[in-house]
Amino acid sequence: MTAKVRIAFDNVSVRFPTTGGSMQVVDDVSYRVHDREFVSVIGPSGCGKTTMMNIVAGFMQPSSGTVMLDGKPIAGPGPDRGVIFQEYGIFPWLTVKENIAFGLNLRANRVGAAEREEICQRYMRLMGLADFAGAWPRMLSGGMRQRLALARAYAVKPQFLLMDEPFGALDAQTRSAMQDLLLHVLAEEGKTVMLITHSVEEAVYLSNRIIVMTARPTRIREIIEVPFAYPRTDALHKTAEFGELRAHVRDLVMQEYAQQARQRSTAST
Amino acid sequence: MLKDWKSTVWRAALILAPWLLLLAGWYAIHYSGLINPALVPTPHEVAVRFAELMRGRLPLDILMSTQRVFIGVLCGIVLAVPVGFVLGWYRNIRTFIDPLINFFRALPPIALIPLVIVYFGVDEIAKTVILFYASFFAGVIVMYEGISQISPIYVRVARTLGARDGEIFRKVIIPLAVPHMLTALRVALGVAWATLVASELIAAQQGLGALIQNAGSFFQLDIIYVGIICIGFIALFMDLGLRALGRRFVSWQERIA
Ligand SMILES: Nc1ncnc2c1ncn2[C@@H]1O[C@H](COP(=O)(O)OP(=O)(O)O)[C@@H](O)[C@H]1O
Ligand SMILES: [Mg+2]
Repeated sequence: MTAKVRIAFDNVSVRFPTTGGSMQVVDDVSYRVHDREFVSVIGPSGCGKTTMMNIVAGFMQPSSGTVMLDGKPIAGPGPDRGVIFQEYGIFPWLTVKENIAFGLNLRANRVGAAEREEICQRYMRLMGLADFAGAWPRMLSGGMRQRLALARAYAVKPQFLLMDEPFGALDAQTRSAMQDLLLHVLAEEGKTVMLITHSVEEAVYLSNRIIVMTARPTRIREIIEVPFAYPRTDALHKTAEFGELRAHVRDLVMQEYAQQARQRSTAST
Repeated sequence: MLKDWKSTVWRAALILAPWLLLLAGWYAIHYSGLINPALVPTPHEVAVRFAELMRGRLPLDILMSTQRVFIGVLCGIVLAVPVGFVLGWYRNIRTFIDPLINFFRALPPIALIPLVIVYFGVDEIAKTVILFYASFFAGVIVMYEGISQISPIYVRVARTLGARDGEIFRKVIIPLAVPHMLTALRVALGVAWATLVASELIAAQQGLGALIQNAGSFFQLDIIYVGIICIGFIALFMDLGLRALGRRFVSWQERIA
């Protein structure tokens, strides 16, 4: 990969204070995410994936080491990094369209009324929400909320997309449709993507590279290049190469889950 | 069209039914002989007395009481909203202030009357202070419990979209706080009406509480009933009004109970 480095983790460690001292969550993690790359982070639940994303998003600082964005330290959250949270965080007091327009009405990315309308229409169309412009979020299905969160994040034209298990709460069909929609949208407007997932299938299907994390305190277990060219379609799932890679990643992840289970059982005895 | 009309009639019947049942029960008690009928005036006697009082002192009583409740609740809520907000939003402050609030909330306003008289005299201000006290503590608790349940996710989302502090306050926190303000206002109004009679124990000449107390000393049961029913209905209509307001302004909520 010769593209320029956008996100750089260097010897990042995170410790959280606990009642009996401190708990190490992230242990000396270094990696780079290049321009327009799609990187998935996969690892046992509770290992520290969300913690790493929170650092990039600007919600917290590492205890030691540095995380740089385009060579600069991260000062806080900002509209250059679109974040899709695990629980979406759709604003319930705004309609679908108002949710999408929220970012466009902020001083940080204010646009004229005509442009705002155009952007809203574009993403409502792209995400299949056009018929629900005036609907309240409570009426939306899980998949539609997910698309709304994506549309809202996209509307402010972030260069990065940080997604924390965005499809975890969806049923298998919706999930697969959302993955294809994401690839489609990314093909139209390239972004540098960090996706946290616990689905091996999803990671292999979507990513350029997969970072497999160990059980807590989390380190990098292995970084895997995914060789398949874009655009990817559903047919990829059935190829032998896909199956092999998936099996390899699954082995690694299963080993880490087993490791975590061992740690927990020794900790509890 | 016909169906619409039918369902409207059906709804009206459903709403009226419990009231009619109540009236029937009232008559039943009067005529059953279980209680000395002299102690239970009939609904129509009360209605006649109501009509008569409406030509006399009752309009002024209603006006005075409503005005006292309004001023008390207004002052109480104007203070309860920011205080409740701060307590709900900043968890660590709440840890210290919470016991204090619960201490004062537990004190029945009626127990404070002697002190209020000492410090504020027996004028209008004393009655307002009692109502203020009752509505403040009722409002503050509703407000801070509501605010403390707001998920921090919305603020985080707004920040990632580029919102600054002022924008977060105006565009995220205020919309989330409005439903709780309306609920606090409703609860405070209810509590204030419930406290009204106690507040008018303080040398009141006019007001529904005064009306009830005067009638009590002359054993005019029908007037007592008129006073009580007036309080109930005014409180009910105010609550309905606030609910309608709530539906208008926070229609995004599933229901505003
Ligand atoms: N703010 C915090 N304070 C203390 N512990 C935390 C905090 N955030 C996360 N943790 C702990 O750090 C560990 C990793 O959390 P997280 O990054 O959310 O894991 P993952 O997203 O991989 O499931 C968990 O054990 C969690 O309890
Ligand atoms: Mg997580």
